[in-house]
Amino acid sequence: MDRKNKNTPGKIFLTVFLSVVSVVYVMPIIIILINSFKSKTAISASPFSFPNADSFYGFKNYIEGMTFGNFPFWISVACSLFITVGGVFLILFCTSMSAWYISRVNSVFCKIVYYFCVFSMVVPFQMVMYTLSKTADTLKLNTPWGILIVYLGFGAGLAIFMFTGFVKSIPIEIEEAAGIDGAGPLRTFFGVVLPIMKPTFISVGILETMWIWNDYLLPYLVLDIKKFRTIPIHIQYLNGSYGQTDIGAIMALIVLSIIPIVIFYFACQKHIIEGVVAGAVKG
Amino acid sequence: MLKKKKQYFLIFLLPTLLAFIIGFVYPFFQGIYLSFCKFITTSDAQFVGFSNYIEAFQDESFLHSFWFTVAFVIVNVVLINIIAFFVAYALTMGIKGANIFRTVFFVPNLIGGIILGYIWQLIFNGILVNFGETIVSNATFGFWGLVILMCWQQAGYMMIIYIAGFQSVPGDLYEAARIDGATKSQILGRVTIPMMAPSITICTFLTLTNSFKLFDQNLALTGGLPTTVAADGTSIYQTQMMALNIYNTFYANGNSRGVGQAEAVIFFVIVVAISLTQLYFTRRREVQQ
Repeated sequence: MDRKNKNTPGKIFLTVFLSVVSVVYVMPIIIILINSFKSKTAISASPFSFPNADSFYGFKNYIEGMTFGNFPFWISVACSLFITVGGVFLILFCTSMSAWYISRVNSVFCKIVYYFCVFSMVVPFQMVMYTLSKTADTLKLNTPWGILIVYLGFGAGLAIFMFTGFVKSIPIEIEEAAGIDGAGPLRTFFGVVLPIMKPTFISVGILETMWIWNDYLLPYLVLDIKKFRTIPIHIQYLNGSYGQTDIGAIMALIVLSIIPIVIFYFACQKHIIEGVVAGAVKG
Repeated sequence: MLKKKKQYFLIFLLPTLLAFIIGFVYPFFQGIYLSFCKFITTSDAQFVGFSNYIEAFQDESFLHSFWFTVAFVIVNVVLINIIAFFVAYALTMGIKGANIFRTVFFVPNLIGGIILGYIWQLIFNGILVNFGETIVSNATFGFWGLVILMCWQQAGYMMIIYIAGFQSVPGDLYEAARIDGATKSQILGRVTIPMMAPSITICTFLTLTNSFKLFDQNLALTGGLPTTVAADGTSIYQTQMMALNIYNTFYANGNSRGVGQAEAVIFFVIVVAISLTQLYFTRRREVQQ
C-alpha cells in the first residue's frame, strides 16, 4: 500500500489545507470561549475581538450564569446527569434482557413486539409529543425518576433492534451448555450472554447517551418545568423568556455545558467512533 | 430450555414492554385517533372525521414549512455528503495528524441542537451586524444559516461512517487497478465510489431523515423568524421547518390542536415513506451482491 506511506507534495498540501479548515472549524467554539470572559456590551458590540482591559470580565459571567434567573444552573446539571446516566443504565439493563428473550423464545408475540420496536425508531417525536406528555402527566412521570421510564419506552426501539441483531449471532450451543450445567435462564443470561454482549452494550450506551444528554423537547414536555430542568431547557429558557437576556451569562453556560461533552469524547473516543459506525450500519 | 425461559416473561420482557406501551404504543395510537378529533385536552375529544386533514392541507404556514423543509433537506443532504465524503477520503490517505482532524470534525456532533443554535446565532449576528442585519431579518440568511450549522454539526458524523467504508475496501482492488494502468481519478470513479455505495446509501438516508426531522437547531437559531402575513391574515414564519411548525400549531393556540395532530400524522407518513424507500434500496443492493 504505497498510497499510505509516501510523503508527496500533494499530501503535504492536503495536511496544510486540512489544518486551516480545522482552525476555521473550531473557531465558533473558541469565539464563545473568548466571549464568555467579556462584558455584555463588548459581546454585542464586537463579538470577534479579544477582551481588552475594559471589556475583560474574568469569571463574572460564570458566577452570574450559575445564579441567573430564578433557577440555579447546578440543579439543571444534576438533572441532566441523573436522567442521562439513569436512563442509559435502565435502557441497557431492561432492553438487553428483553432482546435476548425475544430472539430466543421467538414466539408470534415476541415477533410482534420486535417489529413494533423497529417501527418506533422511524416515528418522529412530533407524532406522539402531546399524547406522550399527557400520558406521562397522568401517570405522574413528570419527575427525573419518572422520565426514566418514558426514556426506556421511547428509546427501547433502537436498543432492542441492536441487541436482537447481536443475540442472533451468538451460537445457542453456548447457552445450551450452560443449561446442561444446571444454570437457569437468569444465570445463563447474566453469567454467559451478558459478557459476550459487551461490545453492543457500549455501542448502544454511547448512542443513547448522545441522544438523552442533548434531548430538548421530550424532557421539556414531560418534566415539571418549575421544579426540574435539563441543561438544554435551561439555556433555552435563559434566551427565550426573560425579555432582558444576559448574553454574557449565556456564553458562560454554553462553555460549561460543552465541557462535559469534550471530556466524554476524550474518555471514550474509541467507543464513540465504534458506536457511531455500528449504529449507522444497523439503523 | 425454551419452556423454562417462557416462564421468565415477567422478569425479562414485561418491564420493557410496559414502558414501551406507556412511552410509545399508547401515545401513538391515541395520536392517530386524536388527529380525527377536535380537542383541547384528551378528555374533551370529539370525533370530526377528516376535517383536520382538510384544514391541514389548506394551512398556508404548514405548506410553506413543507416546501422550506424540502429545499433545506435537498441542499443539506448534497452538501453534507460531499464534504464528509472528501474529508474522509483525505483522512484515509495516510496523512499526518489524521486523528486530530477526525476529532475536530467530529466533536461538534456531540453538542446538542439548542446549544449549537445559540452558538451560531452569536456568530451570524456578529457578522451580519456589520451590514445592519441580523439572522432573523431575512429568510435567506436563516436558510443558509441553518445549512451552515447543520453541515458543521453533521459532516463529522457522516465522515466517521465514510472512513469506516473506505477502510473496508480491500487494498488489492486498488493494486489491481493500478497494475491495469488506471489513473487516480479513474480509481476514485470506478473502484472507490462503487465500493462505497453502501456507505453512501446509509449516509444519504441518515442526513435525509435527520434534516427532515430537525427541530432544536431550528428553534434556537431563528425560531422560524422572520414572519410575513398571509392573505387570510395569519402570520407565516419564513424559516420554520415542519417539526417546529407542528409544534407551534399545537401549542401556540389551543383551538388548532386537532389540526396540529393531523399535521403530525402527515409528517409521520412522509418520514415512513422515506424510510421504506431506504429499505428498498438497501434490500436491492443485498440481492445484487
